[in-house]
Amino acid sequence: MIDVLKYLILFFLVFCAVFVARTKDMLSAVIIFAAYSLMMAILWLLLAAPDIAITEAAIGAGVTTLLLVAAVSKTRREE
Amino acid sequence: MEDIIVRYVSRFILPFVQLYGLYIVLHGHLSPGGGFSGGAIIGASMILYALSFNLAEGSKKLSHDVSSILESTGALIFAGMGLISILLGANFLANGAAGFPLGTPGNLFSGGSIAIITFGVGIKVASTMATLFYSLIEEEHSHEHH
Repeated sequence: MIDVLKYLILFFLVFCAVFVARTKDMLSAVIIFAAYSLMMAILWLLLAAPDIAITEAAIGAGVTTLLLVAAVSKTRREE
Repeated sequence: MEDIIVRYVSRFILPFVQLYGLYIVLHGHLSPGGGFSGGAIIGASMILYALSFNLAEGSKKLSHDVSSILESTGALIFAGMGLISILLGANFLANGAAGFPLGTPGNLFSGGSIAIITFGVGIKVASTMATLFYSLIEEEHSHEHH
């Protein structure tokens, strides 16, 4: 059961990574990147690294998203 | 950014976020996480405050000067604990060998100097996160004055 969840999350990570690069709208790319980080945090937890999971959830999904949104708000939204 | 829902939800959620960050920092020597993760959570709560209320109110709570002083304080705590170890006659950042009381493993007051060092790292990372965000946003203001 856990293995199925792991492979689902891995597939979702590849999916997100491809679409971050392909999306033309910068704000959507930032949101997809936040989803990528959140899934990555769950994967770290499943891989028995709770320390990294906490850091990934705080830095990747939290601070990086806020900083990137601030950067988008100061530049153009379209690529 | 004057949205009443965002403002009320963040006002409700902020104390819990900060308490959780403080918990992770203070239990850095016992449970997963530590100075960096907990400090990042506290810093993210400060950024959330500045985002949901306006920026002027955020920088009133934590001005640039205060956050740079806090940043230096965190680094000084880290280096100071290392130097205290040298003064006590052991290596830099030595813990038990320098004579810090180690306590019972698993208790909150244990681990000698590790808890204090983790607290210093937490202060440093939290203020760095806030400074990063403020310096990224505030540049816009100086542009508007041109």
